[in-house]
Amino acid sequence: MSKKSTTLFDKVWDAHVVREIEDGPDILFIDRHFIHEVTSPVAFLGLKNRGLKVMFPEKTFATADHNTPTINQHLPVQDPLSAKQLEALENNTAKYGISHWGLGNPRNGIVHVIGPENGITLPGMTIVCGDSHTSTHGAFGAIAFGIGTSEVEMVLSSQCIMQPKPKKMRINVNGKLGWGITPKDVALYIISKLTTAGATGYFVEYAGEVFRDMSMEGRMTVCNMSIEMGARGGMVAPDETTFSYIKGREKAPTGQAWDDALAYWKTLKSDEDAVFDMEYHFDAADIEPMITYGTNPGMGIGISQSIPTAEEAGGGKASFEKALNYMGFNESEPMLGKKVDYVFIGSCTNGRIEDFRAFASVVKGRKKADHITAWIVPGSHVVEKQIREEGIYDILTEAGFQLRQPGCSACLAMNDDKIPAGKYAVSTSNRNFEGRQGPGSRTLLASPLVAAAAAVTGVVTDPRELLAQQELVQA
Amino acid sequence: MAYDKFTLLKSTAVPLPIENVDTDQIIPARFLKATERKGFGDNLFRDWRYDGDGNPKADFVLNDPTYSGKILVAGKNFGSGSSREHAAWAIYDYGFRCVVSSFFADIFKNNSLNVGILPVQVSPEFLDKLFQAIIANPGTELEVSLPDQLIRIVDTNESESFEINSYKKHNLMNGFDDIDYLQAMKEDIFAFAEKSRY
Ligand code: SF4
Repeated sequence: MSKKSTTLFDKVWDAHVVREIEDGPDILFIDRHFIHEVTSPVAFLGLKNRGLKVMFPEKTFATADHNTPTINQHLPVQDPLSAKQLEALENNTAKYGISHWGLGNPRNGIVHVIGPENGITLPGMTIVCGDSHTSTHGAFGAIAFGIGTSEVEMVLSSQCIMQPKPKKMRINVNGKLGWGITPKDVALYIISKLTTAGATGYFVEYAGEVFRDMSMEGRMTVCNMSIEMGARGGMVAPDETTFSYIKGREKAPTGQAWDDALAYWKTLKSDEDAVFDMEYHFDAADIEPMITYGTNPGMGIGISQSIPTAEEAGGGKASFEKALNYMGFNESEPMLGKKVDYVFIGSCTNGRIEDFRAFASVVKGRKKADHITAWIVPGSHVVEKQIREEGIYDILTEAGFQLRQPGCSACLAMNDDKIPAGKYAVSTSNRNFEGRQGPGSRTLLASPLVAAAAAVTGVVTDPRELLAQQELVQA
Repeated sequence: MAYDKFTLLKSTAVPLPIENVDTDQIIPARFLKATERKGFGDNLFRDWRYDGDGNPKADFVLNDPTYSGKILVAGKNFGSGSSREHAAWAIYDYGFRCVVSSFFADIFKNNSLNVGILPVQVSPEFLDKLFQAIIANPGTELEVSLPDQLIRIVDTNESESFEINSYKKHNLMNGFDDIDYLQAMKEDIFAFAEKSRY
């Protein structure tokens, strides 16, 4: 009998189904559960009220990242509510025997940065966390998605989650990316084409030459943004790039276990004739550096283009006008040359070493624009260490920038890193919703290169111009 | 967390004809600092509802006494963005038991069902009809029947059916949640974990 051909997603999903409920969700076993201080306290409270235990504490990992300060982390946390959440995490993890890399721990950092960095995230796993950008871990060929607090309680108490099986979508991008085009641009481009609801109900597989050529950091950036088009998650089939990234990391398998794992991981790909419920094809040559002009991540354009009119953008006119009004922009205006007040590089989208290398490549030999406030926030202490060791720190300080300490920071502005009302921020994070980076803040999402170009010129600038000058100087 | 059972809901409704309402609008991040699930309703739609000084904004629908009720009728793609369940808690705590839209973001839909809010997905045409009826007459009553999977405009008797899987329907009607179910199958889970690869 011939085996039914399946997708990568089916292979991983089906291997984790404990039970199927008729006309209901599947019960899915979860291999790794990440928790943080903001979405876990109420879940632990629920456990306590029901008198339940944590079923497999060794499968859960905790970090403090969402509300933590990015300066003076050695001092007690000032905000009493944040301090209380951090304390709750510390107590809960100690009580149930869960490993906790809190503030001050050298492995502390943003949850979706430290999972891969320490070899906790592996191909073929199911991974959940009470944060929607859990989709990041899909870069390893894992099924990874964000969950709500009730579901956090579910996973703590039963290591399982109930989920209707999503439909499958494949997004192919073929060809070669142009010079100065980064994975973030690929993600923003796809979202601008699909809209923020375009992949709702689907799990995405990214395929094609562009993703095959991409580094793990880049794949993480793309998978991270999957949620911004409504998808539960996105994944890339593991390959040599994946395996060499994982090998030697702290929690990665070794010896015989590595060989066994590798043999299995190599089977993790969609069959040649696998059928997807939806499929898209894009050409890498069509992608230029992207920037958003509105209040959701789908409102993005190539940096040299003008803001569309409501008609051109499609969708509801009232919502479009509300967005432009909030941003203080007009239809048909160019984005290039718009004044910027703040620049934020960091977050689980673009807070990895490759992102800071890109940022530094533009900044090198230049100075921060006087009126710009820049928050440069590594995704983890490991990234921070790399920044120092690779000389990026020196490039930054010579240009007048300061390096902050790791955390989510201005990605969601739960700590003090808030963009003031009315100010414009070019941000490498993932959401430009109204007030996301502080009440009244106006966010322009972009890549680390575009962020760097804005940081040194003070306005929205095509980074390719600056990179070209750089090359001339060096030649 | 226990919630009220849901069977039949008859109520006036509050219209929010805006698309892509994300969970950062429903409850901004700075209000996520609680370690208990209490009082989130006060900050529901905080930045649309109050100005920087905490004064109510007259043009926002929750501040308009014309509209009230236990049903929120909202534009397409409601609840996108952050997975924060706090968004669903805020909606529940404020007093809504049902949200109607022509499209919901996945995580929000799951979170709602887990906290006892019924998300009712209707066609874009029926959604328009609802907005028109409510705005023309804020006293318009809607009836949402979970057993029949039907939403009806009481005055005109126009109705549309909606989807929900029978497992979730059963849970909502009985006030059960997934944790009860999972606890009852622990043996199977332990057995599964035995042969798990990771
Ligand atoms: S950086 Fe932003 S998106 Fe990433 S985990 Fe933190 S808050 Fe969530």
